[in-house]
Amino acid sequence: MKTTKTVMLTAAAAASVFALAACGSSGSNTSSGNSNIDCASGSIKASGSSAQKNAITDWINAYQEACEGATIDYQANGSGAGIQDFINAQTAFAGTDAAAKDKDLDAATKRCASGPAINIPMVGGAVVAAYNVEGVDKLVLTPKTLAGIFSNKITKWNDPAIAADNQGTKLPDANIVQFHRSDSSGTTANFTDFLSQAAKADWTYEPGKEWAAPGGQGAKGTEGVTSAVSSTANSIGYVELSFAQDQKLKTATLKTAGGEVEPTSENASKAIAEATVVGSGNNLALELKYDTAAQSAYPIVLVTYELTCEKGLPENQLGLTKSFLTYTSSNDAQKQLTEIGYVPIPDSLLTKVQDAVKAIS
Amino acid sequence: MNGDKVFFGLSRAAGVFVLLLTLGIGVFLAVTAVPALRENTANFFTTQQWLPDANPPAFGIAALAFGTVMTAIIAMVLAVPVGTGIALFVAIYAKPTLGKVVAFLVDLLAAVPSIIFGLWGLEFLMGNMIGVSAWLDTWFGWIPLFANDQDVYTRSIFIAGVVLAIMIIPTISAVTREVFVQTPQGHVEAALALGATRWEMIRMVVFPYSRPGMISAAMLGLGRALGETIAVALLLSALFEINWHITEPGGNTFAANIALKWNEAGSIGLSALVASGLVLFLITLAVNMAARLIVARKRDFVEGH
Repeated sequence: MKTTKTVMLTAAAAASVFALAACGSSGSNTSSGNSNIDCASGSIKASGSSAQKNAITDWINAYQEACEGATIDYQANGSGAGIQDFINAQTAFAGTDAAAKDKDLDAATKRCASGPAINIPMVGGAVVAAYNVEGVDKLVLTPKTLAGIFSNKITKWNDPAIAADNQGTKLPDANIVQFHRSDSSGTTANFTDFLSQAAKADWTYEPGKEWAAPGGQGAKGTEGVTSAVSSTANSIGYVELSFAQDQKLKTATLKTAGGEVEPTSENASKAIAEATVVGSGNNLALELKYDTAAQSAYPIVLVTYELTCEKGLPENQLGLTKSFLTYTSSNDAQKQLTEIGYVPIPDSLLTKVQDAVKAIS
Repeated sequence: MNGDKVFFGLSRAAGVFVLLLTLGIGVFLAVTAVPALRENTANFFTTQQWLPDANPPAFGIAALAFGTVMTAIIAMVLAVPVGTGIALFVAIYAKPTLGKVVAFLVDLLAAVPSIIFGLWGLEFLMGNMIGVSAWLDTWFGWIPLFANDQDVYTRSIFIAGVVLAIMIIPTISAVTREVFVQTPQGHVEAALALGATRWEMIRMVVFPYSRPGMISAAMLGLGRALGETIAVALLLSALFEINWHITEPGGNTFAANIALKWNEAGSIGLSALVASGLVLFLITLAVNMAARLIVARKRDFVEGH
């Protein structure tokens, strides 16, 4: 199945390469309009993570508006497929939810003619616990109670464990209706990674893209969970921040070692700042610190990367790829992320990102 | 003479082609499934969890098989009587004009894409069925099947079964209607002339004559119910546990599970999904073969008369 798909993609991509080979690319350095984009022209393809799709789409629109003669096509076909496409030299960069490593990174490096393939953190996100309980406008949960709720050990809203952190709030004597993702999802992976690190004793299930805990109800896709929570009384579910904001769902405040934190883009960005770089050189693969004690850092975060060649991209892809990534890692572009519910890369890390992009040649 | 040869060749090629196609699908599924089955650390048939991309991989089809069979049974229990009833009404009871209208509406229902049924089930039926499920729990809760310990009545096998039933009613009623209409008019008139009421005539003439066709119709419906994917994927809670309490959230089916996990599955995950697809393939093959056997036997009986 997979091979057929690849073959078809190959054929399609080959056709477009022929069609576009004539265009080539040249750094024409014309900043146009009011944005300071160092434009390049030409045409590139990219594919991968659907988690960063909205951010990339917004950026592509802004970039193409400013730069005439540039076409960037991003297909949100999933991180795994995106990395495969990149390895098969179908795309100029791949979007991925988890930094490519080991076998994948080796294969990607092989694809790059003369240099290593690198993971560049570009778009951050946050996963929030959205709830629907009438009369409760602020809900404070610890990682421990969160793990209890999602593993079906805490089943009532007025459970003493929840009440302890919410003094002064009248919690209903009702069953908790818990929603998780029924499909495989990076959101589930991040959420369960967080639980298994920040609430080790209470979350004993395998973290990963598949939901492994008992009980609760599954709904398909972030949209499914969002609509289930908004239409079901006394429910709670985990969704990406942008969806909770869109649907105006109430979101739980998290009580970490650093105090109570609200799930906002700003606070999530502070948690990303706590991550350590585990990649070497310009490969900025990160290890997130889910149990951070930093003040007002919201720790349920994810970072999505762009995987590309530090050196050795084909000549006709190089200019536009570098120019586009320079734009997306600019302060202006990162600032836009907050408006659509994503999380900007924190300044401390962003300078490294910008250096890594500069090194692309 | 030559035309005969050419036509024979063509039709034989078509026949062989179907055979090769079925065989090819089976072989493809089996070959693709091998890597996952080899890596699997749990029993493929009795395990209720699905973690093929975990380390080590552990997955099994027990919960999937249960959910698939259970939703299909509920769908059949509801859809066969209703579908047969519609067919009887259209073919025998209704005035021809009214019958045509009803038949047209039922055919229209058959043309509704399954994603529409799924969305309708999710956004409309699920909320409005809570009362029915709760009623079953209150009055028939002493039967384990209808008991509900969670007092949550959404995203259950029962609701998925009801939506499946609605989806297969048109299939069943369309085929049975065609069969009922074929009943020899002479037999019908003879029965009526002997003083049989309409119901007696149906029981003594129409049903025996139509039985093979009715079974085929039911099997067509069953096939659709077993393989239905997207509507079930939207509706079910997709939990990997066998839960006999059919009104509680839970349940998962082969087809729905493949649709839900395919996008993000790793290499072992894909292979594991194909393995589950192979099981579904074999189940539907077995169901169809059983149906053919039954139909063949009944047909001898009818034609022998």
